[in-house]
Amino acid sequence: MRTIRIGNGQGFWGDNVDAPVELLRGGPIDYIGMDYLAEVTLSIMMRQKLKDPRLGYATDFIGFIRRVLPEIKERNVRILANAGGLNPRACRERIFEVARELGVKGLRVGVVEGDDIFLRLRDLLAAGHEMRNMDTGEPLAPVVDRMMSANAYLGARPVVEALRQEAHIVLCGRITDTALALAPMIHEFGWAADDWDRLAAGTVAGHIIECGAQCTGGNYSRWWEVPDLWNAGYPIVEAREDGTFTVTKHEGTGGMVTVGTISEQLLYEMGNPREYIGPDAIADFTSIRLRQDGKDRVAVSGIQGRPRTPFLKVSGSYLAGFKTSGQITVSGPRAVEKAELAAEIVWKRLERAGVTFPEEARSTELVGTGVCLPGIFPTPAEPPEVVLRLGVRDADAAKVTRFGLEIAPLITAGPPGVTGFAGGRPKAQEVMAYWPALLAREEVEEHLVVSVEEV
Amino acid sequence: MKVKLYEVAQARSGDKGDASNVGLIARTPAIWEVLRAQATPERVADHFRGVCRGGVERFEVPNLLAFNFMLKDSLGGGGTESLKTDAQGKTHAQGLLQMDVEIPEELLREVRA
Repeated sequence: MRTIRIGNGQGFWGDNVDAPVELLRGGPIDYIGMDYLAEVTLSIMMRQKLKDPRLGYATDFIGFIRRVLPEIKERNVRILANAGGLNPRACRERIFEVARELGVKGLRVGVVEGDDIFLRLRDLLAAGHEMRNMDTGEPLAPVVDRMMSANAYLGARPVVEALRQEAHIVLCGRITDTALALAPMIHEFGWAADDWDRLAAGTVAGHIIECGAQCTGGNYSRWWEVPDLWNAGYPIVEAREDGTFTVTKHEGTGGMVTVGTISEQLLYEMGNPREYIGPDAIADFTSIRLRQDGKDRVAVSGIQGRPRTPFLKVSGSYLAGFKTSGQITVSGPRAVEKAELAAEIVWKRLERAGVTFPEEARSTELVGTGVCLPGIFPTPAEPPEVVLRLGVRDADAAKVTRFGLEIAPLITAGPPGVTGFAGGRPKAQEVMAYWPALLAREEVEEHLVVSVEEV
Repeated sequence: MKVKLYEVAQARSGDKGDASNVGLIARTPAIWEVLRAQATPERVADHFRGVCRGGVERFEVPNLLAFNFMLKDSLGGGGTESLKTDAQGKTHAQGLLQMDVEIPEELLREVRA
């Protein structure tokens, strides 16, 4: 049976920049998917685009393309990325500039548009689409003026269309991470739009590899068993027409692929395991069968799917005030008591200055005493040092800035043994809160545009 | 015999809004059955009482020898709003593995071998 190899070279914007290059050069590979968009990345891109209409995409991606451009075309390794962000056309223009600089001709780059519904929000509300917050149930209308971005999670179909038009590189905005793996399978094997089991299988494959090294030994419970984690190979799915696949990595790389590493990643960010809802199908994770099939090879089969829902998920972001945090290190005898005193100084001085924050909008953490998992580990009686981390959140940026002035004075006016204050006064940062919602899929699908151009 | 979960299971955690999810994977089918009785949502909620304010829901994933726990209202607002060091529940898996469970000796021998 014919097999195609689909890798993930980037789990998020900020991941190892050498990983996709190693994935390309380390052995056979047909497709490389690259994920750059976390939930609120698009709001950051919106800021960038407002400042400069040529920005609003993941600029790191250009650095990668510059390193691999002649090679991917010569070897016909196709790159699928959501690096387009809010401006995939600008991203393509930049890639074309790089291609011209490098003398590469005949490069075809596809762009998928239509996920960005920001400018349509008011029309959609007026047409009766409520787009309530999926987490809180609140309606969107009262928040719409503060929205900074709104994008629908697209499925694999528009990417398949770009591949059919022979794009070497496909640039998307808000597409599901899983679609980057599913699209090549649909393209190569011609899976039907209602072949729910296979579409679910491709979705599961995408879920396994979407976080890069997190399925090849990264973040693994039994970390002491993982060889050469520094050199962990990024994951590759060997996909077959029947919907079964094998997860592996290039020979000679570090990390490992075992039933253990794959099981952990399958459960990552999981809700109800019986219904993993993607734009192309619903996958039932309780149907997945895993089998170790030799060293660093896990065979995956048995996956059952159900019909897709009539909705697409929308990922929105809105301005929800400001926050900041500052920290100092407190060392020496009675470090915990001294850190508590330092915190008291900050909060009392702010109160005297008339700057107060409700309990849920301020935090005092003594890092080193069990703040991540309070009550689970015994608190050390006498730690030689603790990090005092203070934070506030407020609708008023001036109040947050005022808080930021109170950290540095602790060096000379607090308890002894205070150090580690660096980076200047903490500044108020905008809080971009997340607005997940559902929207009737035809409202998005009717606006999809796929264009493939050649340099 | 009383042991920490990390001797007999693996885990991974992440965020879902203001909830965290912790996937727990038993190392053998027999241990999965033991954990089914002992790693109840009530016990996990009590274990995380310093973190979780909204209760715990458990899903069974027997084909992966696993359970998925949803720890509701656990991230101080979640994502970008939270002031917590661990705003995404990344450490919660390590926290769950610190929970005590009672495992028969013969099942322990299998995983310690």
